[in-house]
Parts: sequence; structure tokens; C-alpha cells
Amino acid sequence: MAAKFDNSIVRWIDHRLPIFSFMHHEMHEYPTPKNLSYWWNFGSLAGIALVIMIVSGIVLAMNYTPHVDYAFDSVERIMRDVNYGWLLRYMHMNGASFFFIVVYIHIFRGLYYGSYKAPRELLWMLGVVILLLMMATAFMGYVLPWGQMSFWGATVITNLFSAIPLVGDQIVTWLWGGFSVGNPTLNRFFSLHYLLPFVIVGVVVLHLVALHRFGSNNPLGIDVKSSKDQIPFHPYYTVKDAFGLGVYLIIFAGFVFFAPNFFGEPDNYIPANPLVTPPHIVPEWYFLPFYAILRSIPDKLGGVVAMFGAIAVLFILPWLDRSPVRSGQFRPIFKIFFWVLVVDVVALTFFGGKPPEGWYVTGARIATAYYFIHFLMILPLLSVFETPRQLPKSISEPVTGGGAGFAGATAAAREKV
Amino acid sequence: MADTHQGETRRDFLYVATAAVGAVGAASAVWPFIDQMNPAADVLALASIEFDTGTVAEGMAVTVKWRGKPVFVRHRTPTEIEEARDVPLDELRDPQTDASRVIKPEQLIVVGVCTHLGCVPLGQKPSDPRGDYGGWFCPCHGSHYDTSGRIRKGPAPRNLVVPEYKFVSDTVVRIG
Repeated sequence: MAAKFDNSIVRWIDHRLPIFSFMHHEMHEYPTPKNLSYWWNFGSLAGIALVIMIVSGIVLAMNYTPHVDYAFDSVERIMRDVNYGWLLRYMHMNGASFFFIVVYIHIFRGLYYGSYKAPRELLWMLGVVILLLMMATAFMGYVLPWGQMSFWGATVITNLFSAIPLVGDQIVTWLWGGFSVGNPTLNRFFSLHYLLPFVIVGVVVLHLVALHRFGSNNPLGIDVKSSKDQIPFHPYYTVKDAFGLGVYLIIFAGFVFFAPNFFGEPDNYIPANPLVTPPHIVPEWYFLPFYAILRSIPDKLGGVVAMFGAIAVLFILPWLDRSPVRSGQFRPIFKIFFWVLVVDVVALTFFGGKPPEGWYVTGARIATAYYFIHFLMILPLLSVFETPRQLPKSISEPVTGGGAGFAGATAAAREKV
Repeated sequence: MADTHQGETRRDFLYVATAAVGAVGAASAVWPFIDQMNPAADVLALASIEFDTGTVAEGMAVTVKWRGKPVFVRHRTPTEIEEARDVPLDELRDPQTDASRVIKPEQLIVVGVCTHLGCVPLGQKPSDPRGDYGGWFCPCHGSHYDTSGRIRKGPAPRNLVVPEYKFVSDTVVRIG
């Protein structure tokens, strides 16, 4: 493990604190399957999105005032008077949306290629914990500008807890620190919004420790058989991730500079008013699927249970899908249902943004039912009844016919799937 | 042999006892950190207000702020009172007679917070939609309340809450 370093100072430090050996081992020589596609870029991209959020958030906090009378104005001051304040705030606002885009793609990649299966169950579950923490952080961050959507979003979401039998109302009062969403609520949300990203960093470290235990899954979903199936992380994947990052930053900058309010709600530029509810309350787009599930159950407690259940079902996913084949490439029926699930989640996102009337309600209910049917019925049944296609013997086999040669053309076509 | 066995049992007991005392101590030390999130003394001190209902004309309604929440004071018309009284109790999701929800039948006082997820229902202004039962309509998730503030249709589980209040003079009411 101990690597050789040319620089004598590095050697001196590394002998006492093996930080350079550690980095060399985990980020340089770290053996990685050689067939990872661009879908595998989104993990490191999520890490970078988190760093962008933390850096922009820390400097925004230097200019923000967490008080009901000053919060809205301090955000406007950031936009108008603070040097580059507009840029920092737009980075933070759009950064949240982009973080969720990246993480959702990362999750769907894991779903398609069976990255949650043994021996990566804990890796997957830590990912679900990160998603939950991200949702809590994003929700509390959205409250901070103290606009109409901030206030009423906070009111509706904290009221979800009043559905808990017996102690629900006490819990809501405890969350608020008063008898309605008010200054104590804003203060504690600010405190927690600052804290939780660092908790996320901690869980990300655990996520990486679990990842490096068995290494990345890969598009074929089969285990690495020999060192011929692997290449060192650096420079092969550092350069691939760097290229992906460049593409990502171009799109991100496009929104920050040219459509900074695309993901936002105009109502949040109206200062919070506890006496007037906006006629149509919608959460941020990344919560819409869960909001649609909440609303489609015509019972308060049932709706809340279903909404949290939609995430809880991901926790137990490794035990719902018992098929020994990981990659959807070799599961002809699973593959179809995977795409139906993608359409279903997009449909839930659509219905979550619509008022709960007419056929939207029916549509949302069907989509909600299907979401749970997919995880609780289709996946367990498929693991019994589906006949998977023949798996290749090794990662190298489809490319080289098992030997050391190259059969370029067909291999290239496969990697794009 | 017997001695060793006995010694182990006594040591096990000490371990368990130490852990139990430690757990209780830690749990009681946690309480201040949890309880600080409950409403503070100054928040509780602002818990009552006075309002003169004489300023509300018949058929009109006024919203006052109490504990950061809107309170609806509606001066009901005789037809509205009639409607509220005529509803058979078995038609109600949260059965309460109209008489149990008012002190003076003309003055209906309820907390203007939907019991579903806490939005403020519409129906205070004459131009607002009042729902299918002539009371209030919550635009967030479509709950309908009647002229007694009782839930009639939609996802809300309970009637609009009647706050604790009393008349301190003929028209002045103290809420809280």
C-alpha cells in the first residue's frame, strides 16, 4: 500500500500521517471496472454539486439575516447591493435544482444496473439516507427567503406531522416553537440548514467507504474477475469525470446566467403573509412526485404515510428485487418495467404541479398506485418468473472474446446501451 | 468454580447497573436540548387578544391575528344560523352541534386554519368562494366548511377549531 513519493517532504509527512498513501490508493491506483459508461459520471458530479452548494451557502450566510422582519429584505439586498450577491444566490438556487437532477439520474442509474444488490446494499441505503437529508436541507433552505411560498410551504409541510396520532399537535408546536410558523421556526431552520450539509458530507464519506469496499458496479453488472477487467481510476476516470463536469458546468452556467428563475416560483418574491394563502401552493419541482403521492390518498394520515413510504420502499429495495442478475441489460422484462417506472415518476412530477381537481386527481392516484406496485409486486415477481439473458463470463469477454485481443466495433456498440 | 461463577454475575450486574444509570443520566441531559424548541415564555405571554365584535356588520366577517394565526370572526345572518342548526349530526364527519361551537349564535369565532395542512381558507371577503356549504373553502387541497365552520367535504379531518374565548362586555371578546 505504501506508495513511493519523490518529494522528501511528502515522504516525511506520509511516514507519520499516511494521507498521501491513502489518496494515492483510493483516488489514483483505485482499480475500477474498465467498462463504465457516462451514467457513472453522476456520483462524482453529485459530490461536486454538494461542494458548490456548501461554498455558495457559507458566503450567502455572511449576508443573510434570519429574522422574519429582515430575512426577505436581506435576500433582496444580496441580490441588489452585495458584490456578486446575485451570482452567489442564483448559483445556490439553481445549484439545489441541479443537485437533485444529478442525484435523481444517479439513483435511476443504480435502479437500472442493479447497483443496490449484494454486496452493495448498505452503499445503496446510505444513498437513500443522503437523499432524505438533501430533502430536509432543501426544504429548510427554501423557507429562508421568507417569501409567500417559503412561509406556506413551511406551514403545509410541518403540518404533515400533525397527522401523527395523539402527539401530532404537540410535535408541530414543538417544530414551530410557537403556535404558527414564525420567527423561532425561521431561526431553527437556518441553524439546521447550515448544519445538515455537513452531516451529508459525513454520510457521503461512509457512502464512499462502502463503495470502495467492492468498487463500482458496471453496465454489465457482473463482478470483476481479474485485473484485466480493471483500469486505475487515475487518469482514466479522472479525465472522464472532468469532461462530464465541463458539460455539466456549461449547462449549469446557462441557467444561472440566462434563466436563473426557471425552476423558481414567482410567488416567492412576495414577502410572507401569514393571513393570506396563495391560491395554488406548489413545492419545488424536485418534491413534486412525493407531493403528488401525498395528495392522492384521500386521508391525512394515509397520505403522509404513503409519501414517506415512497422513500422507505427504496430502503428495502435490495430485498424486494431478488433476481441474482444485476444489470437491466440482461433482464428483458425488467428493462420494460424500468422505463414504465421512469414514465410513472415523470407523470407524478406533472400531477404534483397541477391543482388537485378533475382528471389530475385520477391520474395522480393511478401513478401513485403504480409506483408502489412496481416496487412491492412487479420486482418481487420478476425475480421469480423472469428468465434473464446469458451473462458474459467477464467484463473483458464481450470486448476481447475473453482473451487479450480487441474486437472493437461490437464492444463500442454495447457500451452505449 | 462456584466462586468464579458468582464473581461473573456480580460483575455483570455492575455493568448493567452502570449502563442503566448512564443511560438515564444522558436521557435527562438531552431534555433541555429538546425542550428549548417548544414555545418560549415570551411567545406564551402573547397568547391572548381582545376584539370588539360590534365593529362587524351582519353578514360580514373580520380576520384578526391571534398567536400568529388568523381568527375568523363572522357576524352570521339568521339564514346562516338556520342552515348551521338544521344539519343532522350524522351527516357530519366531526359531529358537533352549532350551539356547542358558539357563545352568541350571531358571532361565530373560529381559528382560520384548515385542519388539513394549515392553509387559510377563503370566504372572509364577500368576493371569495365560500365552498358548497356557504362557509369557507380551502384552496390548497379543496376542503369545504359550512356556516358553523364544520368540515363537510374534502381531505380535512376536523372542524375549524373554536378558540377559547369569552365576552368581557356586551360586544368585546377576549380570545385566548
